[in-house]
Amino acid sequence: MFPLAIEAMVAAASQHFGNPSGAHRLARDARRLIDDARQTVADALGVDLGEVVFTSGGTEADNLAVLGMAAVSGGVTMCSAVEHHAVLDPVVRGGGVLVSVGATGVVDRSALAALVKEHQPAVVSLMLANNEVGAITDLEAASNVVHSRSPATVVHTDAVQAMPWLPVHELASTADLISISAHKFGGPKGVGALAVRRGAVSLRARSIGGGQERERRGGTQNVAGIVSMAAALAHNGAEREHTNDRVIRLRDRLEGELLDQIPDALATLPPKTLRLPNIVHLCLPGIEVEALLVLLEQDDVYASAGSSCSSGAMEPSHVLAAMGIDRDLAFAAVRLSLGWCSTEAEVDHALRVIPNAVARLRNHRAKAAV
Amino acid sequence: MRVLVAMSGGVDSSVAAGLLVHAGHEVVGVTMKLWGGDSDTGCCSVSDVDDARRVAQQLGIDFFVFNFGDDFNRHVVDPYVASHAAGDTPNPCIECNRHLKFDRFLERATELGFDTVATGHHARVAIAPSGSLRVARGADALKDQSYVLSMLTQAELRRVVFPVGHLTKHEVRQEAATLGLRTATKPDSQDVCFITSTKGRSGFLSTRIPLTPGRLVDHQTGEQVGTVPAVQLVTIGQRKGLGLAGDDEPRYAVDVDVPNGIVSVGPAELLLTTDVRLGTLAWSDGVVEGPVVVQCSAHGAPVPATLEMAVGDDGSRQPTAVVRFAAAQRKIAPGQTVAFYDTSAPDQVVGSGIAR
Repeated sequence: MFPLAIEAMVAAASQHFGNPSGAHRLARDARRLIDDARQTVADALGVDLGEVVFTSGGTEADNLAVLGMAAVSGGVTMCSAVEHHAVLDPVVRGGGVLVSVGATGVVDRSALAALVKEHQPAVVSLMLANNEVGAITDLEAASNVVHSRSPATVVHTDAVQAMPWLPVHELASTADLISISAHKFGGPKGVGALAVRRGAVSLRARSIGGGQERERRGGTQNVAGIVSMAAALAHNGAEREHTNDRVIRLRDRLEGELLDQIPDALATLPPKTLRLPNIVHLCLPGIEVEALLVLLEQDDVYASAGSSCSSGAMEPSHVLAAMGIDRDLAFAAVRLSLGWCSTEAEVDHALRVIPNAVARLRNHRAKAAV
Repeated sequence: MRVLVAMSGGVDSSVAAGLLVHAGHEVVGVTMKLWGGDSDTGCCSVSDVDDARRVAQQLGIDFFVFNFGDDFNRHVVDPYVASHAAGDTPNPCIECNRHLKFDRFLERATELGFDTVATGHHARVAIAPSGSLRVARGADALKDQSYVLSMLTQAELRRVVFPVGHLTKHEVRQEAATLGLRTATKPDSQDVCFITSTKGRSGFLSTRIPLTPGRLVDHQTGEQVGTVPAVQLVTIGQRKGLGLAGDDEPRYAVDVDVPNGIVSVGPAELLLTTDVRLGTLAWSDGVVEGPVVVQCSAHGAPVPATLEMAVGDDGSRQPTAVVRFAAAQRKIAPGQTVAFYDTSAPDQVVGSGIAR
C-alpha cells in the first residue's frame, strides 16, 4: 500500500466513524468523505459521480456487473475465455457463452461478432488487461463490434489489473460497466468499485436491504477502505507515467536476461503484443512451476503461477489453455509481477536466483530420468 | 534434517509434523491435492486441507499444497476402474502409496532439497540383521499400516520416516491434544478417498464403466440361484449382498467371470485354497524365497507360507511368485495385495505382490 493510503485509512477509521447512511453530523461527515472519494474514483474512470458503486472489491464488482445485468432481462451473458474467475464463473454457471481468444490473449473479434449477432446477449464482459499474462484488449474496437451487432447489449470491462497502469478513463470510455479493486493500485484489500453508466443503469442489486449506493449495493460502506482507495487512486494517477517508465525498464531487463540465461525459456505472449508494464510471463519447459515456486521463495523471490483453487492447490491456467498453450507447458509457466516499489536491486536478486533454481530442477529431472 | 511432511489434515500426520518440529528438525508441511471430484473423506476436501494448513500454522511451519491430480488419475483412479472392469478387487490406497506418496511426492521432496519425507503412517522403519532397512509394524497392532507400505524398497526407505509409528493411536491423540492441534479428536478416515459415502463404489464406477448384471450360479449344480445388479462389484469370498441370506448353509462368491456375467457361488470350503499366484512383486531388499509369514488384507491375520518364484507363467516378462500356505485358507481375490514378513523377525516386511 502507498503510505498515504495507509494514513488516509487510519485517519478515516479513527476520526470519521459515523455511519454514512445516518442523519446526524457524524454521519454526514462520513458521507462527505465517501462522496469525495466517489468523485475521485469517478474522475479516474471517466464517469459521473452518481455512476460509482462502491463494492467489497473486484470480485463483487464483476459479479454485480454480470449477474446484475443478467437479472434485468434474463438474457444471455457472454465473456472472453480468459476472464478472471469473478466474471467467468457467473457467466459459465448461468449457462453463458465464452468467446475464444488468440495467441495474444485477447478476444477474437470475428468470433465475438458472430456470437454477439447470434445470441444478442444482455451483457458482454471483456477484461481491459489480463491478470495473468498482461495482454491489453482494444476495448473501443471490441465495443464497436458488440454494439454494431447488438445495440442493446451492455459492455462490461474488468479493469482491475489495468487500473494501476493504464488511462482507464480513456481506454474504457466505450464500456457501460467498469470494475476496479483498490489493492491493485496501492490501496487496501477488500474494497473496490463498479462504474455503472448509460445503458446499464437498470442493473439489479445483488445484495439488498439498506438501499445504499443508490439501491445497487445494500450494506454499510467501508468508509476507511473507500477513503484509502481514493487516496491511492489519486496518487497512482499522478505518478503513473513516471512509474510506468521505470517499471517497463525493469521488466524489460528482467525478461530479457531471463530469456538469455535460461535455455529454452519462452515468453508466453508473442513479441510486440500490447501488454501491461509490470508482468513477465514465461514458459520454462522441463520444470514444474509448483516446485519452482517453493525454491524461489526459499530465496525470497515470490512468484506465481496459474490460479489457485479453493484448497490452495495450483490449477493449470485457463488463460493459457484458452491461448492454445498445452497442459504440460502450462504447468511450466511462471508469472513474475513488478510493482511501483520494485527496484533494480530486486531485479538483480531475481536474476541471480531464478536461473539457478530452474537449472537445479532440470538437473534433478535429468538425473532421475537416467 | 530437512523434512517434508505429507499432511492429510488428519491427526496422525498432524502429530508426525509436531513431533518432528519438537525434535528440532526443519519441517515443511504439504497436502497433496490428489482428487478433484466429489470427496467426503481422505485428504482432498477443502476442509481437510484447511485443517492441515491450520495445524501447520499452529506449529509455525511453512505449508504448501501440491497438485498431483493428474498423477493420481493416471496411477490410482484409472487402474482402479480398469481393475473393477476386469472383475478384480483393487486396493487403491496401496497404489497411492506406491506411485504418489513414495514416488511422486518423494521425488518432489528430493528435488527441493529435503533429506527425508515423513507421513503419519502407523509403521516403523527397522534395520534388519543384514543392515538393510525394512518396513516394520507400528506399535499399535490395531492400527498397523505396514501392509499398505509393503511395496517400499531400500531406495524409498532411506528417505522416509514414520514419526508416529512407535505410538498407539491413543497416544497420538493425546499428543495432538497436548500440542493443542485442532485435529486431536478428528475421526479417522475410513474409506477410499475418492468414493463418497452418498454415491458409494457403484455410484463412482457406474459413471466410468458399464456395470452389468450377472447371474448367480451354483458352483456344483450349474443351476442359476439368483442375480446381482453389477458383476464388476462382486468380490471373491463375498456373502453379503448376494441375496442368498436364507440359505441353510452359507454360500459365497467363489468365482467371478465378468465377460460371461457369471458369479459362481458355493459353500465356504470351496473358498479354501493352498496357494496364490502373485505379480507386481516388490522386495524390500532383494528376492526372498522359502518360508515367510504372509498377510493378505490390511488387518488380516498373518499366516505361515512358503514363497517360490514362478517361471513360464503367462508369457509376459513380469516375474511372478507363488505363495503356498502352510494350511488351506480363504482365496485371495485378484487385485488384492499379499505382504510378506520375515519368519525370524515377524514384524518386518520383506516384500509384497498382487494376487492374479
